[in-house]
Amino acid sequence: MAAPGQLIQLIESFVSLSRSPSQQAASLDTIASLVKNDVLTMKGLVREMEMYLTATDNVIRARGILLLGEVLLSLPSKPLDNTTIHSLMEFFTDRLADWKALRGALVGCLALMRRKSTAGMVTSSDAKAAAHCFLQDLQVQSLGQHDRKLCFELLECLLERYPSAVAPLGDELIYGICEAIDAEKDPQCLMLTFHIVELLVRLFPDPSGPLASFVGDLFEILGCYFPIHFTHPKGEDLDIKRDDLARALMSALSSTPLFEPFAIPLLLEKLSSSLPFAKVDSLMYLNSCTLKYGAERMEKHAEAIWLSIKDAIYTSLQGPALSSTSEYLDSLGFQENEIAREALALLQQVIMQNNGLFLGFIIKDEDVNMILNTVTHYERYNDIPSQGKLKLHAVGCILSISTKSSITSCNRVFESFFPRLMEILGLSVRNSSGVHSPNDNHLLSKRLNFGVLYLCVELLSAHRDLIAGSKEIASQYVSAFETCYCMLQSYSTSLTKAFCSTLATTPHDAHIHFGVKGLQILATFPGDVSPIPISEFEKILITFMSIISVNFSETLKWKLALKALVNIGSFIDRYHESEKVSSYMGLVVEKIVSLVSLDDLTMPFPLKLEAISGIGTSGLNYMLNIVQGLEEAIYANVSEVYVHGNLKSAEITVRLLECYSNKVLPWIHDNGGNEGVLLRFPVNIWNQIESSVDFSVQVQEKELLDAMMTAMRHAVAFCTEESQNKIIQKAYSILSLSTSFPLKEFTSLTIPFQLDWRQLTQRIDNLSHRDEWILLLFASVVIAVRPQTHIPNVKGILYLFMTTLLKGYLPAGQALGSMVNKMGTKSSGSEISSDCTLEEALDIIFQMKLWNQIHSLCSGMANGSEMGDTDLCPSVANNRLHQIHAIAGLSWIGKGLLLRGHEKIRDVTKIFLDFLPSNNRMDALPLKHHSLENSFEHDLHPSVMKSAADAFRILMSDSEVCLNREFHAIIRPLYKQRFFSTMMPILQHLIMKNDSSFSRSMLYRAFAHIISDTPLIAILSEAKLLPILLDCLSMLNKDIQDKHSLYRLLLVLSGILTDKNGQKAAIENARLVVNCLTGLIAYPHKMLVRETAIQCLVAMSELPHARIYPMRIQVLRAISKALDDPKSAVRREAVRCRQAWASLA
Amino acid sequence: MVSELINANPTVYEKKERRARSAPSDYADEYAVEPIDQPEVFDHIRDIKDPEHPYSLEELKVITEDAIEVDDKQSYVRVTFTPTVEHCSMATIIGLCLRVKLLRSLPSRYKIDIRVAPGSHASEAAVNKQLNDKERVAAALENPNLVDMVDECLAPSFG
Repeated sequence: MAAPGQLIQLIESFVSLSRSPSQQAASLDTIASLVKNDVLTMKGLVREMEMYLTATDNVIRARGILLLGEVLLSLPSKPLDNTTIHSLMEFFTDRLADWKALRGALVGCLALMRRKSTAGMVTSSDAKAAAHCFLQDLQVQSLGQHDRKLCFELLECLLERYPSAVAPLGDELIYGICEAIDAEKDPQCLMLTFHIVELLVRLFPDPSGPLASFVGDLFEILGCYFPIHFTHPKGEDLDIKRDDLARALMSALSSTPLFEPFAIPLLLEKLSSSLPFAKVDSLMYLNSCTLKYGAERMEKHAEAIWLSIKDAIYTSLQGPALSSTSEYLDSLGFQENEIAREALALLQQVIMQNNGLFLGFIIKDEDVNMILNTVTHYERYNDIPSQGKLKLHAVGCILSISTKSSITSCNRVFESFFPRLMEILGLSVRNSSGVHSPNDNHLLSKRLNFGVLYLCVELLSAHRDLIAGSKEIASQYVSAFETCYCMLQSYSTSLTKAFCSTLATTPHDAHIHFGVKGLQILATFPGDVSPIPISEFEKILITFMSIISVNFSETLKWKLALKALVNIGSFIDRYHESEKVSSYMGLVVEKIVSLVSLDDLTMPFPLKLEAISGIGTSGLNYMLNIVQGLEEAIYANVSEVYVHGNLKSAEITVRLLECYSNKVLPWIHDNGGNEGVLLRFPVNIWNQIESSVDFSVQVQEKELLDAMMTAMRHAVAFCTEESQNKIIQKAYSILSLSTSFPLKEFTSLTIPFQLDWRQLTQRIDNLSHRDEWILLLFASVVIAVRPQTHIPNVKGILYLFMTTLLKGYLPAGQALGSMVNKMGTKSSGSEISSDCTLEEALDIIFQMKLWNQIHSLCSGMANGSEMGDTDLCPSVANNRLHQIHAIAGLSWIGKGLLLRGHEKIRDVTKIFLDFLPSNNRMDALPLKHHSLENSFEHDLHPSVMKSAADAFRILMSDSEVCLNREFHAIIRPLYKQRFFSTMMPILQHLIMKNDSSFSRSMLYRAFAHIISDTPLIAILSEAKLLPILLDCLSMLNKDIQDKHSLYRLLLVLSGILTDKNGQKAAIENARLVVNCLTGLIAYPHKMLVRETAIQCLVAMSELPHARIYPMRIQVLRAISKALDDPKSAVRREAVRCRQAWASLA
Repeated sequence: MVSELINANPTVYEKKERRARSAPSDYADEYAVEPIDQPEVFDHIRDIKDPEHPYSLEELKVITEDAIEVDDKQSYVRVTFTPTVEHCSMATIIGLCLRVKLLRSLPSRYKIDIRVAPGSHASEAAVNKQLNDKERVAAALENPNLVDMVDECLAPSFG
């Protein structure tokens, strides 16, 4: 046991009001842990506290009791024996009467009563005593908010955990609760009181029990809260929202059928309120009450409810929107709204509960019948007045929801309305023999009435939803030969015909929309309950297909038909209807495939592709068929190109390939991908290349090659490792067969024999078209493979790519980058001889010094020392080109390294920086070279330097072609930030050191590329970069070719100016920033640059007045010119900016 | 300020839909000139607040798009506004607001002509004369009370 003195001290520090709340909490924690660890018993604590618990000073007593209560509260699972609990409970119960020290007693009671049985519980007689005391001594509504909350929690706990103990209190309990909760206003307490009512009602379920006499009072207390109007200020961080309160009140009101005589009239009355939320709430509450009160009690309100629902639907519908998309036609242009939605939900609920009664109302309803009588006037959608549309739509909604409710209601609705609608449409029942009466065709020639068409489609759609929604309903439906089923079956043929003829004849969008919808619904009844025979189903498909292939000039109809076909396809696929699937396959899928492969020029090719990819997305099986067709079309066209050089086919192939890689491949991959299909395409393309020896592809078919490479990359990227291995083996075998590629020789090559390598490269000088294709497609495969995929003869391929890279084949560089990015390091081990680790590969790359040797070679040549190499370096211009290619390739390799965070990236960047002119070298130039253009003999050509600076853009920017997630690149998080922070000091240093304007401009360029692609958050921490950034902007301002870089950099500046930290830097450099921005306002080559510059100036105007006021005149002068800018967007910003700066005065 | 509102209960009309900014595409001609047109001038002045109501001039139909004449080549703009009531003493203030706003929004080459719609105001000629008299406008803008009032009306139009 702790020293008594120490304990007293702890108690004292809690009880004393002079201590800070944190000290009090700390002493409470200490005491609680003492008890918890059995250093102190509960009995000991009470004995020690005796003086405080019985003190006559109110404050000390209150704090003392509170301490005891809080200790118990923090020890809910500490086992206590029954005597302790009993005596403590007795103490707290007794204290409930002591209103001056109430909180401690409440906390203590609550803590004890919430205990689990394992740790010792309050006995039910104690609970009853507590309840009794509570009801007798407490005036809840006279207490403060927190105490009230505790009281309600105590009541809630009593009702929830000791129902048998408190039930005998009967009337006293109910009366006490009524009194306690009356006129409560705090939201937290209200949540509790609503729950208490619910519990209370559950305690006395007997309708003639003690509750009966209090129902009126209880309802009076609750009813005044409805509808919940909750305008709590946002400042108070309550986690209670209006919806929570509304829901709690709803469950309290619907808790007992006894509330029915009070609640329903109130709810119906509030339904006529003009507040939208009151309407929504009333409908929701009615829904919930209907469910709980039961059909019998609700019956007498039925008519009133029906009228209210109808009224709510009519008044809530918003006037037609102006847009005319086809979706909006679905609801006749009325916007979906909450009131109508809730009203319909309620209607469904009451119909489900009391079928006959409500359907009777609907069928007999005047408005509904009036619409049916006047509907004949609504020939065309555009002719219907908006009032008429509203009524039509409301009736459509009501009938649709009643149909959906149950089979019986569906029967009733069909019986009462369907024949009438059919009659107006002029359709006849299908004869048993299937032969139509002769005047059938005559009737169909006239246009269908729109109003009827709409209602008809609504009914059909609701019917379909009901049947397709549940299996049991469907089985019951057929076996019982329900009325609606028979009725629909008998009319189905003529309906199909009517819809089809509508589509064929009408020019009106609305008619087409519902015609298509009707056919789609008829086709999407589940198989065994379908009202139409398979032949009709096929007829529908044929109708749609003919729209697809013939009526492509009518955009809306075409789109709707395609959508309907996709819907039907996915529906029958989902319901596994083999018979329908096979006719869909034959009539739709195969037809559409044949469309693509056909040389039929009537239908525009893009539409064909849209149709084919659309249909494919309706199911995997269809897609597989379609892929096959698409691939065959591609192969056929490609071979046409290979053999005959047919330009037309080339164009078609490009389109096909685009469709294949953009739409089809991703879909297959997302929908559980079929490995075989993914593998087939690349392998077949390689086979085709292998088999066609003479190639007549012309140079201008670069587009075709690009599309082919893209398709290849995507197809390979989606494959598994295993398939990728197969593809790459195949590709490699074809590559190695080609004589232009000395792969074998490369393999045996070692570094000292550089001359051999040079000779080998000469063989690559003149690649045939076929070899070019093979090389680039191989590069595409390498770009897309996974890290685990095994690439054969890695060293040979490295050499191959490096040599071809110099000839300007950029994908070779990208492939190198991908290889370097994905290669295993030493530790992962290599089992095959030609396998090479990342370190070895990098050794090879760096020792080759591609970028350097031609440079040194030529400078050597200029010195006239190494004459033997003249043939390798035919012209200086050629040499320059080689260097540029080498730099581009190296930057992709660098990107590969950068992404995986390899340290060698430093060497790569060092090489680039070496290419950028350093001061010394420029100084060493003899003065006689007036222009830099002439200096290349002695030094690097400016274009080479520029490409070295631009290499940083490749390093930093995200590429769509390679080295991204899709192509399985290894990407280290935050690599951009890391690179940024390593490069910035180096570049800054170089920029400071350089004073020749040209060399600076190159460094600025590199700087701009890096900073434009770095996340803003990293830049903001480097405030000192701002002056350099501004210099960069001024430099990029000079050349029209840099306009995109300029814009990207300007966006960085605007990001800095809108950030708090960035603004600090801007304040220091305000003059420089304004100078730079005013210069950019007149930038002639890009509107966005001007606009952004002006927006930046607006942001500048927020800086401290004293710093920017001196620049005011300068800015206003510049901006007044911008008011006359050729672009209106710039002028608009200029007005804002001018106002912002003019009002600085 | 006047103690009693001149038009205590004006009719409020709906606002016209704003011109959506066309998405800048790479294909749009970077150098093509977009001349200043009717909608653009309307955009400048539509949000000016009425001096005595919390509504914009557009909502009160004091100005409409059709009441603006622009000739970019001749650098000329004429705005004809319609006061809500015939004897509206606010007409000159409204006119002044229009003039100041356009002065601040259009290039300096423009000549601005502000007029009251014919037949819409009791002392039409006087108001027109006052609004297009340089000296009087300059003098009005030296009156700090007037400037405050104008600035208050213009504030919402600098969105």
